[in-house]
Amino acid sequence: MKANNSEKLKNLNLIFSKYGIALILVGMVILMTFLKPASFPTGKNILNVLNQSAIVGIMALGMTLVIISKGIDLSVGSVLALAGVVAASLSQTEAASIKVFENLGPLPIFIPILAALAVGALCGSISGGLIAYTGIPAFISTLGMMTVARGAVFLYTRGQPVSKLSEGILFFGSNMFKVIPVPVIVYAIMIVITALLLGYTRFGKSVYAIGGNINAAVVSGIKVKRNLVLIYIYAGITAAIASILFTGRVASVHPGAASGYELTVIAATTIGGTSHSGGIGTIWGAVVGTLMLSVLTNGFTLLGIDPYWQQIVQGMIIVGAVVLDMRKNAKKA
Amino acid sequence: MAETEYILEATNIVKEFPGVHALKGVDLKVKKGEILGLVGENGAGKSTLMKCIIGIHPPSSGEIVFDSVQMKKYSTIDALNMGISMIQQELSPIEHRPIMENIWIGREPRNKVGLVDHQQMYKITKELLKSIGMDEDPKMLVKDLTVAKQQMVEIAKAISYQAKLIIMDEPTSAISGNEITELFSLMRKVKEEGRSIIYISHKLDEIYTITDRVVILRDGEFIASSDIDKIEVTKMIEMMVGREINDFFPKIKCDIGEVKMRVEGLSSGKKFQNISFDVRKGEILGVAGLIGAGRTELIETIFGIRKKTAGKVIIDGKEVDIKSPADAIENGMAFLTEDRRLNGIFPVLSVKINLVVANLNHLVNKSGFLSNKLIVKKCLEYIKAIQIKTPSQEQIVMNLSGGNQQKVLVGRWLMTNPEILFLDEPTRGIDVGTKAEIHKLISELAGQCKSIVMVSSELPEILGMSDRIIVLNEGRLTGVLENTKELTQEEVMKYATKRELQGENNEG
Repeated sequence: MKANNSEKLKNLNLIFSKYGIALILVGMVILMTFLKPASFPTGKNILNVLNQSAIVGIMALGMTLVIISKGIDLSVGSVLALAGVVAASLSQTEAASIKVFENLGPLPIFIPILAALAVGALCGSISGGLIAYTGIPAFISTLGMMTVARGAVFLYTRGQPVSKLSEGILFFGSNMFKVIPVPVIVYAIMIVITALLLGYTRFGKSVYAIGGNINAAVVSGIKVKRNLVLIYIYAGITAAIASILFTGRVASVHPGAASGYELTVIAATTIGGTSHSGGIGTIWGAVVGTLMLSVLTNGFTLLGIDPYWQQIVQGMIIVGAVVLDMRKNAKKA
Repeated sequence: MAETEYILEATNIVKEFPGVHALKGVDLKVKKGEILGLVGENGAGKSTLMKCIIGIHPPSSGEIVFDSVQMKKYSTIDALNMGISMIQQELSPIEHRPIMENIWIGREPRNKVGLVDHQQMYKITKELLKSIGMDEDPKMLVKDLTVAKQQMVEIAKAISYQAKLIIMDEPTSAISGNEITELFSLMRKVKEEGRSIIYISHKLDEIYTITDRVVILRDGEFIASSDIDKIEVTKMIEMMVGREINDFFPKIKCDIGEVKMRVEGLSSGKKFQNISFDVRKGEILGVAGLIGAGRTELIETIFGIRKKTAGKVIIDGKEVDIKSPADAIENGMAFLTEDRRLNGIFPVLSVKINLVVANLNHLVNKSGFLSNKLIVKKCLEYIKAIQIKTPSQEQIVMNLSGGNQQKVLVGRWLMTNPEILFLDEPTRGIDVGTKAEIHKLISELAGQCKSIVMVSSELPEILGMSDRIIVLNEGRLTGVLENTKELTQEEVMKYATKRELQGENNEG
């Protein structure tokens, strides 16, 4: 009997340690539904929350790969801005008074998108290449990239915002596909792609192996250097995709845009249970972590709480989530 | 209080963890000025018992009397101040700080102003080291010391705490040859000063060399205690394992075929130079030598982890160009590494991914995605075949015992269906029972015409398992020996410490 009970307790513990963060999210949703039954649980508000999640959420997918491999990418905010101004500069209409390229009309939408993706991939390959081939810590490599990319944004735009953009790119902002906002659809597609990549490909398994024990990964015949570069390229690409949604939404990209996004992205990933000691993390967790931050923002707005409080609570949640996570991992050891 | 001959008397120690009865009433008495060996298989309760004694886990019940004082509810710091020190198996010194700071950390001598008095610290460290026969400069960084010297620094630290009882957990697992001799002579000196040592080891020959008395544990129970000269080794093992093991080296004699791999003039910088040997199908080639002789580096170079600076590797008569472990695996090689934690297991990942990680190329479906069905099936097959004890494939590998982790690694490599297996210290830190299982497996593999290259620091293992033996010393090949019945450990050691190059090694 006693054994049975402790078994049950163990299972309960297991469930909580596995789904703890999701349970907290569910708790927040229930609480909000209870507090604001008229405005929170409506279809419109829920789509709004998802829409607000898309940009950070997509970058958190790439960041999850990076952090599972025991790295970090501080450059995603700057890379988003760089990819964003490049895409925007290729989509400016004749109405624009200040243009990056004087005599360039708006190009077909696939060109700015491809350009943004190329910028993201390039930045990622440089950060990743430095990490893999010189052995410098990811923190340093991506800190450098963060600064360089931001500098490049100012250089490229001469410090001016890039505005008056074509319909093609604005479509990715807040347009609807039937009833669903386009960013939500893009986010959903990226979740599926990244989940497949991480769970069902050799590359995905090698991400876990590299983070779990890089020396053992080498011995096991995994091409560690090549895969490290690919990981940061993927993070760069997620920043580029986010940049298209961002550009479409704001319709005018400032050179200082998306500053500090990297920290929100790292926060979302971390809250989702991805361990900075490497080898542990799920796409599912990154989604839950992102949604939690969005529900928090949304909830504070609906409840009319001073938005400055939000930052304080967000900070506490990040630390709390990691403390929870460490306790869970300590129990296993 | 009457003077007793015991420094430590632990009586009827019981320790229960939720769901586990780790110690079931164990008695342990240590005399003043003796070296007591503590032996038992993994999971016998040795570590738990030690943790109870040094105050990490309070026992569930039982009595601990240390130095005639009844000990109740104490921390490791209390234990340290009372005079109980423990030297862990895996040392964790502050590598980039000097010896003296490592010894006096947290209780550095201070001057009048309250700042650390480095001169005084230097002086007392110098004296302390001298008292145990070390002449290293106290300012030397710990990372520049050999593992054996680091052990000695730990002993010095214990002495600086006025330790009356020092517990040493497998101190020789990372050292060999002269270093062990050095460590042992220091231990004898410590003993002569009237201090006591509890010595935990799987290496029974060391237990016989250094201890005065031995205590045997099994399944959390006290089995026996005996003066070391009154117990036969077979009897001791029988008590540890709980059954008779007739054959420690179950070597299956098999027909040795043609040359599978030939290494010619291989060098890798300063690590080793100009090494040539071959290994045949169905042969077990032992690689002997002291730690630091370049054995592991040799294997790492063949396997593509290290860059070779000269020489070539020939497989089946054709020269192969191996630049990475991926190339090596492609060429039918497998490498069971020496240090499980450093470059073997992925501790936080599941048994499943640990098993398949070197074989992902062959576990994809038609569309190029990994096939989970195939993976699960393969894992089941290997978990069964090599009897890995795990509740499920999803179990996190660090929750398994050391022996089972080792089996997971063996499974990982067997799954790649290799023709040449490099085994680096395949039974290091593994208990007697599992050891015999792994030896049996190695033997069976050779029986299937696979070529085995086995590095080992344990000469009985080398002599018990190998068909031929190559010996390295300081990066040079000093001997190639046929393993006949007449070959002795001393003979192999002679080559392992020989200074000259080969050329006169025809006597083997």
